[in-house]
Amino acid sequence: MQLDEIRELLDAEVIIGHEKLGMEVNTAFGADLMSDVLAFARSGCLLITGLTTPQSVRTAYALDIAAILICRGKTPSDQAIEIARELGIPLLRTKYILFETCGRLYQQGIKGCIREVCAEDKTCGM
Amino acid sequence: MVSSEIKKALLAKGIPEKVVRKVAVVTFEAEVNIISYADQGTIHYHVSREEVVIEAIDRGQGIPDIELAQQEGYSTADDTIREMGFGAGMGLANIKKFSDVFEISSEVNKGTRLRSVIRIGGVPPSGEEGKQ
Repeated sequence: MQLDEIRELLDAEVIIGHEKLGMEVNTAFGADLMSDVLAFARSGCLLITGLTTPQSVRTAYALDIAAILICRGKTPSDQAIEIARELGIPLLRTKYILFETCGRLYQQGIKGCIREVCAEDKTCGM
Repeated sequence: MVSSEIKKALLAKGIPEKVVRKVAVVTFEAEVNIISYADQGTIHYHVSREEVVIEAIDRGQGIPDIELAQQEGYSTADDTIREMGFGAGMGLANIKKFSDVFEISSEVNKGTRLRSVIRIGGVPPSGEEGKQ
């Protein structure tokens, strides 16, 4: 699914990354705790979060996450926007809650970047 | 933040993306720990053809029970840390997970010393992990 289709589906506002809306995104991860994102998310996925601080962008950059979608109508902090611009990470915002956002995306074929946590496997897709 | 800077530097040196991601995650978590629990700290890197060694040394409150602190979900974080999106009790567990070698020592009211080795592709890990 193209990032632009995701934008349309979720009536999202593009804050950073208008030039990257043609990007293909097929997996996603949703969480507000960045340590969980660092533990379980995979590169190339869409990060759906309610965390509006710069840490969400730093986390996305560390993992090569494709784009960030802020849910629940929250506005990312100015610093987060600035860092997203600097690091070239698309930043979008939707009014939908996390559950609704995930449900709509799943219905359109977006899958979780992992389905469940595999505790024993150290590499686990990294 | 150091995690973004080291990532750029390692990518510029031609280190594989997969390795750089691991270094970035380990650095990120180590940084958050230093910011959250220490008065001051430093992170050192040693990069060779075979591995990246990350050493995070801080002066601070230290960890009374290292075993417990490494347990997924165990956290002593306060609200300030949680507002940043951390304090899930995944920090040390994450660092361990992304490291090929992980060592930690700590002294209460003195500080913590953490060493993480991440091997660069093609070099089989030594010891138990290398066995198929």
